[in-house]
Amino acid sequence: MSSAAAKKPRPKYLSLSALLFEIRLPLPGWVSILHRISGALLVFPFVAWLLYLLDTSLASEAGFERIRTHYLQMPIVKLALLVFIWAYCHHFCAGIRFLLLDLNKGIELRQARISSAIVIVASLALTVLFGARLW
Amino acid sequence: MVNRVITGAHYGMRDWLAQRITAAIMAVYTVIVAVTVLANAPLKYAGWQSLFAQGWMRVATLLFALSLAWHAWVGARDILMDYIKHDGLRLTLQVFTLLLLGVYAGWTIQILWR
Repeated sequence: MSSAAAKKPRPKYLSLSALLFEIRLPLPGWVSILHRISGALLVFPFVAWLLYLLDTSLASEAGFERIRTHYLQMPIVKLALLVFIWAYCHHFCAGIRFLLLDLNKGIELRQARISSAIVIVASLALTVLFGARLW
Repeated sequence: MVNRVITGAHYGMRDWLAQRITAAIMAVYTVIVAVTVLANAPLKYAGWQSLFAQGWMRVATLLFALSLAWHAWVGARDILMDYIKHDGLRLTLQVFTLLLLGVYAGWTIQILWR
């Protein structure tokens, strides 16, 4: 056995520490897994939460004012809202990138890396923008 | 001759396409609502209430809700198929997802046509 590859110990399974510290995801990989995570978060709990907010705010003026002046002023609620805004913006931007990839736009490695960086930066920038309006 | 093909390609095509079409519908709705709300900020109850009292807004929101249910079903099913290996647990979670999405759609209709 003279080949270098044969001597190298091979990982037998994907342990949690391997996933966290050893395997480095490329940028498009990050966009992809964050698309999944944000999508899962949007389905639950954020849609339920938003429907509750829509329900209460439309049901009566008292409900609308309670949400506006009390509920949305709580720091924990603002933080949750910020996470929702990021999840929505990321899912939106990454989704448009995937639609373009489906149409064979930007599938070269260099373009794919650039568009991944744009998605991550744009969704964070939009989060800051909408977050600033909220405060 | 039996025409029923039980294996082969294109079985996921309808779901794949549906997920993309519903995504486009939701993206358009998102931009319209975001622009409408931001243009009318700061929002008062009267403006908020009258926005959702309009017929086109109710229909558009219902279309969004139904798109979301279909879109999220395909996405959630993909995630469950990828990560949950135990058949019974996966089926349970899939049923739970369907019930949740059904509740969302029903709740949306209730809110819109109160």
